[in-house]
Amino acid sequence: MARTIGLMAALFTLALAAQAQDKSVVEEIEKYRAALGDGNPAELWEARGEDIWKQARGPKKASFEKCDIGLGPGVVKGAYTVLPKYFADSDKVEDLESRLVTCMVTLQGLTPEQAKKDVFGGPGKKSDLEALVAYVTGSSRGIKMNVAATHPKEVEAYEIGKRIFYHRGGPHDFACSTCHGDDNLRIRLQDLPNLSKLADAQRAYTTWPAYRVSQGEVRSFQWRLYDCFRQQRFPELEYTSPASIALTMFLAKNANGGVYNAPSIKR
Amino acid sequence: MKKIIGTVVVLGLIAAGCASTYVSEEQREAQALAMMKASFKVNGQATLDRLDQDDMQKMCSRYHGDNKMPKDVGDKLEKDQQALIKYPADGKYLGDWKSGERIAQSGVGKQFSDNPANPNGANCYACHQLSKAELAYGTIGPSLYNFAKVRGYTPQMQKYAYGKVYNSQAFSACSSMPRFGHSGILTEAQIKDVVALLMDPESPVNK
Repeated sequence: MARTIGLMAALFTLALAAQAQDKSVVEEIEKYRAALGDGNPAELWEARGEDIWKQARGPKKASFEKCDIGLGPGVVKGAYTVLPKYFADSDKVEDLESRLVTCMVTLQGLTPEQAKKDVFGGPGKKSDLEALVAYVTGSSRGIKMNVAATHPKEVEAYEIGKRIFYHRGGPHDFACSTCHGDDNLRIRLQDLPNLSKLADAQRAYTTWPAYRVSQGEVRSFQWRLYDCFRQQRFPELEYTSPASIALTMFLAKNANGGVYNAPSIKR
Repeated sequence: MKKIIGTVVVLGLIAAGCASTYVSEEQREAQALAMMKASFKVNGQATLDRLDQDDMQKMCSRYHGDNKMPKDVGDKLEKDQQALIKYPADGKYLGDWKSGERIAQSGVGKQFSDNPANPNGANCYACHQLSKAELAYGTIGPSLYNFAKVRGYTPQMQKYAYGKVYNSQAFSACSSMPRFGHSGILTEAQIKDVVALLMDPESPVNK
């Protein structure tokens, strides 16, 4: 409750700031963001995700503790910082969410449809995947991004992901790079990271997933891409699709060396 | 003889090896498009053909950053896009600036989450400063505050503004700005309203 009042106060301050000059608006937004950082509800998702990780689930009654998400079966700490990567057992480049689905199918015996039933949470609908993502990513806090991208399939994913990043299309001629290919751009009052530059790419990638205050949900990286493409006026990006993983490979490798620090909290 | 055949086989393998490691830019673009086609699904008005590219989209995707577009390619692109502009048959470019302001504020339209029965917006403020009163503007495009006050309230400038909103690529190859008329985002009447927002002496843009 105290947190809600704090948020309301911050929002009110923001509204007041709109009457002030532009520079002070930006300063007030910074204050609002700092206020948000004080206590992050994503902790609830992380705790639920850890429970799910350890539960015996599915027809095969298996937990995720034998699931290899990048650093060997059951290793959670640091695993997110090496993803996406090539996995020999599936013969595919996979990101975290793809890998969780793979383990639900191969280890726990779910069908892909069952595994991907609720990929994003919403009002009255909890997503186990979002909770698992929060738990796994939260276990990489403080560790530097270290995506190898050396296996031929990883190199291919990176190269294709780069073309997807610059692919202009749709009725608005938008590409990812339209908003994220230059320095110091803003859409309305929202700062846009230049994802083709190291410092911005690191700052952006290492702060996803995030608890979105405006949505009351922890949003995963797959969700981030899905909703970017919606606003780009593209068709609907399918969860854990090859293009989503290739683009993630491009963005994750560009963030190498950045210290991972998520789930974060964003407006 | 055997030696020759052996050499030929080895050379053939080397050639095959090179062919499989070197991938041209065109091949990468084709791979990206094929992968996207397999990774997106239709949702309402957002159909898969939106992933296909016309010449402008293709060329402007290829050239970016240090890989600058050759001048002749850019010149041809602008000329081709110029030819696609349809100016109003009645020769009038100015509509209602108040309606133009609403269109400039609205960000809806063409997303799969939008109802296609509702009118589209242009969301000008997402990228441009326009009126002094609206502080929540973006910086992807230049400030348009005092647009006509600075440039003059001339018929030529009205026509230029109409053409620019209709098809930005005709004036600046690979501009980030959507081709609002060309791509059917705004109707002719809506573009006139937006032009009025820029050009009408009574518009807050020129105050």
